[in-house]
Amino acid sequence: MAAGKEIRTQIKSVENTRKITKAMEMVAASKMRRAQERMKAARPYAEKIANVATHLAYAHTEYKHPFVIARENVRRVGLVIVTSDKGLCGGLNTNALRLVMTQLKQWNAAGVEVDVSAIGNKGLGFMQRLGANVVSQLTGIGDTPRLETLIGPVKIMLDAYMEGRIDALFIVYNRFVNTMKQEPTLTQLLPLAKLASEDEASLKTHWDYIYEPDAQPVVDAMLKRYIESLVYQAVAENIACEQSARMVAMKAASDNAKNVIGELKLIYNKTRQAAITKELSEIVAGAAAV
Amino acid sequence: MAMTIHVDIVSAEKALYSGSAEVVIAPGQRGELGIHPRHTPLLTTLKPGTVRMKLPDQAEEVMIYVSGGILEVQPHVVTILSDTAIRGNDLDEAKALEAKRAAEDAMKNREASLDYAKAQAELAEAIAQLATIEKLRRRI
Repeated sequence: MAAGKEIRTQIKSVENTRKITKAMEMVAASKMRRAQERMKAARPYAEKIANVATHLAYAHTEYKHPFVIARENVRRVGLVIVTSDKGLCGGLNTNALRLVMTQLKQWNAAGVEVDVSAIGNKGLGFMQRLGANVVSQLTGIGDTPRLETLIGPVKIMLDAYMEGRIDALFIVYNRFVNTMKQEPTLTQLLPLAKLASEDEASLKTHWDYIYEPDAQPVVDAMLKRYIESLVYQAVAENIACEQSARMVAMKAASDNAKNVIGELKLIYNKTRQAAITKELSEIVAGAAAV
Repeated sequence: MAMTIHVDIVSAEKALYSGSAEVVIAPGQRGELGIHPRHTPLLTTLKPGTVRMKLPDQAEEVMIYVSGGILEVQPHVVTILSDTAIRGNDLDEAKALEAKRAAEDAMKNREASLDYAKAQAELAEAIAQLATIEKLRRRI
């Protein structure tokens, strides 16, 4: 019965694995709901600030902010990579990083250098192994992203843009489509693309804001917050993606463990029965010999 | 019925208020601003403080605390983008430095000036919060 015992321990260990994956699945499911709510809660701000930014783009300001002026030749770009801190979430980070790789290759071919700001452990590790120029990093965001913690890494990129060290800024994150589908996305943050507006006609007329105290500080503060809100939104979406991807991955793992246990049990019972049959036939043969 | 203006108060992490009001009073950078319907377009930064709104058919004013932010006025819409974080140039700089340091692992003796700036901003916020509480209490 040596084989039987081995199979029994194997079954036990797979069962333990299944318990863990099952627990992780349930934890991810409950966290996912909260992450999605948080993502939705951040939407009004993002919409409102995008509205204001659109209005600003149509206003006839005497002051043009550098963020809205596109630069002719791009020599160096900034890239914010949003990934999760932990693994065990399927191909989520791999997909995002693959997108990063193809983009990096394109930039490389065009002779464009890249500064990286890594948000999340996985992307950071990847970029460090790659030997990319990581100028800032942020890890350990947890389940509740705080705008406060994001200000730092974003500011480094914005400062670099203002000083002309980078000529464009991009962000890579996983866009939340639904629980089963996450889409790695690369979007341009700077220079700001012209935003589409629903009430375009009414805004075309010649007008401008009254600025208090002056146009420049107000527009600066406004656009800075706009970029930050975009990054915040990306991080919130990425967390929702992480949790749902983990839930799906863990569900697959639990199902798989269940199948493995079934197969192992079948083999175990077969060997057990074969042993019994063998013993019986030996006894019968022994009795016949007497 | 008096004219009303639509007000949206949002912070990065959630929506705080949405509805119409007769007057909105906000703590602008250069002092309090009272905004009535059909105000000319205006864009300003806010100090930490209380936003007060007079709602139609209600004697009581609604008060909402904001820790700074941006106020946009269009003739019929007021949008307040409230900050969630305590901010200040020094503080933002501090955060940037922190993120940088994590990447470069090279920063020395910055703590002192950092702590001071942070304490100052927190104090300003605490005072503003206390003022809001005081105002609310006086009404009760």
